Amino acid sequence: MVAEIGHFALALALGLALATIAAAVIGHRPGRDGWLQLVAPLARAGLIAVTIALMALVTGYVTSDFSILNVWQNSHTAKPLLYKITGAWGNHEGSMLLWVWVLQLYAAFVPRTRRLLDLRMRAKVLAVQAAIAAAFLLFILAASNPFLRLDPAPLEGRGLNPLLQDPGLAFHPPLLYLGYVGFSIVYAFAAAALIAGRMDAIVARAMRPFALAAFSALTLGIGLGSWWAYYELGWGGFWFWDPVENASFIPWLAGAALIHSLVVTEKRGALARWTLVLATITFALALLGTFLVRSGVLTSVHAFAVDPRRGLFILAILTAAIVAAFALLAWRAPLLERAAGCRPVSREGAMMLNNVLLAVAAAVVLVGTLYPLALEALTGEKISVGAPYFVTLFGPLAVILLALVVVAPHLRWKRDAAGRLAFLLPRAGLGALAALAAVAAAFGLPGVLAALAIALAGALIASALAEWRRAWPRTQGRRSGLREALRRIPLNRHAYALAHLGLAVTVIGVVAAESFATEKTVLVEPGAGVEVAGRRLVFEGLEPAIGPNYTAVAGLFRLDGPGGPLLDPARRSYWAPPMETTEAAIRPTPLGDIYLAIGARRGDAVELRASFKPLVALIWLGALLMATGGLLALVSRVRLAARRVPAREENAS
Amino acid sequence: MTPGRLLWFLPLVPVLLLAALLWRGLITHDETIPSARVGRPLPLLALPRLDAPQETVDAAAIAARAPVLVNFFASWCGPCRVEHPLLEELAKEDVAIIGIAYKDAADDTRRFLARLGNPFADVLVDADGRALIDFGASGVPESFLVDADGRIVWHQPGPLTPEIIARELEPRLAALKKEEKAR
Repeated sequence: MVAEIGHFALALALGLALATIAAAVIGHRPGRDGWLQLVAPLARAGLIAVTIALMALVTGYVTSDFSILNVWQNSHTAKPLLYKITGAWGNHEGSMLLWVWVLQLYAAFVPRTRRLLDLRMRAKVLAVQAAIAAAFLLFILAASNPFLRLDPAPLEGRGLNPLLQDPGLAFHPPLLYLGYVGFSIVYAFAAAALIAGRMDAIVARAMRPFALAAFSALTLGIGLGSWWAYYELGWGGFWFWDPVENASFIPWLAGAALIHSLVVTEKRGALARWTLVLATITFALALLGTFLVRSGVLTSVHAFAVDPRRGLFILAILTAAIVAAFALLAWRAPLLERAAGCRPVSREGAMMLNNVLLAVAAAVVLVGTLYPLALEALTGEKISVGAPYFVTLFGPLAVILLALVVVAPHLRWKRDAAGRLAFLLPRAGLGALAALAAVAAAFGLPGVLAALAIALAGALIASALAEWRRAWPRTQGRRSGLREALRRIPLNRHAYALAHLGLAVTVIGVVAAESFATEKTVLVEPGAGVEVAGRRLVFEGLEPAIGPNYTAVAGLFRLDGPGGPLLDPARRSYWAPPMETTEAAIRPTPLGDIYLAIGARRGDAVELRASFKPLVALIWLGALLMATGGLLALVSRVRLAARRVPAREENAS
Repeated sequence: MTPGRLLWFLPLVPVLLLAALLWRGLITHDETIPSARVGRPLPLLALPRLDAPQETVDAAAIAARAPVLVNFFASWCGPCRVEHPLLEELAKEDVAIIGIAYKDAADDTRRFLARLGNPFADVLVDADGRALIDFGASGVPESFLVDADGRIVWHQPGPLTPEIIARELEPRLAALKKEEKAR
């Protein structure tokens, strides 16, 4: 029954999406505002329908209803409840359903822009979003229906890939989708702006919260995925330049450019066309990301749920959507008024440069990701593009970008004199030296590029602190207290200082973990000791353990002699589906993580890989700060929109 | 339309090219990894024969039977059992196959061949697994097609299937036989 409800709700959602488009199109003519009034309620009904479908699927998973093909393929009665729920989107069909749900969720927030945009504009945005939703709903119903039945129903399911049975990964796809799909609504705004022939500060102001939400969610999603890879895949890497990782990183770079160019468009009315181009590109890259993950066209460690036949369908949607997006851009953008230019030494000039650098960085990653595919198509030769390419090209770009972020927030809008920034020099220099000295004292001398990155990250921290200092309120020449400051410093200044601080923190984490990690693999006998990061580990023996759907063998390692903390890296054997996973034991210390993973056993002895990962936690701390900065900016934009702009006449066009 | 406006349509070109590329990638993509051994000579090896351990067979002796298929197998390997009837069929079609028993006890190998049939022109023993490494193989079963110059022409990591035999092995075998006649 639950499958039929879900299936019906999906069909209903498709109908509602088409009705949303129809209402917007019919209401387009003057004097038919009644139709336009219908658009938002129809979109909301679409969200409800997809929510019901998603709930139906989750119910199927929670009750282990193996008469549903999808549940049988991906679930098992012995699976813990959390993974039964999250397993609903741990597969192709379910994740496409989640995709559409997030799409509709964002659409439900479009009516909140009523203080900024009139009814016509909002109807256009919702119609574009409904068109995207309709395409994906059609795809789900035609080629990846999660509600297909299985008759006779088996007693037991096949189980979920154990690597995916992990809290980090339970929330990785929803966050990633909140990011990817968020850029679709940003595009819907851009498309509406193109159709209306109007891209001004007001439209940019309406777009910004959505772009910020998408960017923050994508940052968290990527961070979470990288953290999962670090502790679950068992060799302690946090980024592999794997095609599927890149597929999320490319839109992230484009999105980072977008949230900055939107600021320029909102504050100065400049870069309007570029912002639209960027919104289109970011959306296209998000779709490309979905395609790469879902189709399996690139060989990847993420090939968890791939099926090439479906790839063709997604490719068709992708191509149609991107071609339509770019055609709309080409047709309408030249009609927009050319905005005023800007001077190189000014806030908007710096942001333009930032956009160029981010766009080049995104292009570099895109080329590296697709190059093997192009080469195979043209010559049949198979290669893989690995870290050396990305580090060589992306590294210097990132360093230049860092240097820019140190300076840019201190520049004034419109025009500025470079000499005015002299005050920054001693602070930034001090920050750079302090960071370099601290790192060198703790771990030794880094290479040239690494040293440059660390120095710039130090300078960036100093620059962000100077930002707070500058914003700190004063009463009668004296700095006010912390509480007063928190109340009076505008939220958006906290936002970008925090986000830039997060960038610096992540950079330090990445560089330290890449440059100073140590690792050794040894065969240890019980009672034998291993030296790691200057501390001593003693192997006390192996211990069996049993979990809800696996058995495990853990190695017990005592750190720092008797009474010290016990580390227990393990190997788990799941039985549905049969598979072994590595559970690393991670002991955080002030300077970095001690990371243990065990391999094959030989009698009582076991193969141990002991590594030290300096400052690796900073990577994710930084991502968290960046996302928090983005969310603060979002809150500040929402507040501002509610406060400053007078409510417009609902039906004025 | 002015040239300036036409310029805006330019981004459509890379987009369409990319779509064509992804489409091609989708329909032609296969997960096989090219073998670094293809085009290289057979590794220098001298492996004992299963029936007469005192006699060894080297690369030249294998090449002398060209075109010849070298097949790594083991009695303890499930996929080898699945693959075995296909080897039998190939043998019936006069394809010379040399089997190399990988890390397998001689008695087990003999029992395996006695029960399932012996498609091999010769069975060699790779008791310590060194030959498998020299061939650049990663497990059993794997097959290598060798020409008269003692070069590896083709490599199948993993079991043979009827599709792979029809699509990849047969045409190469035919080409090698034709070459042989031309000499």
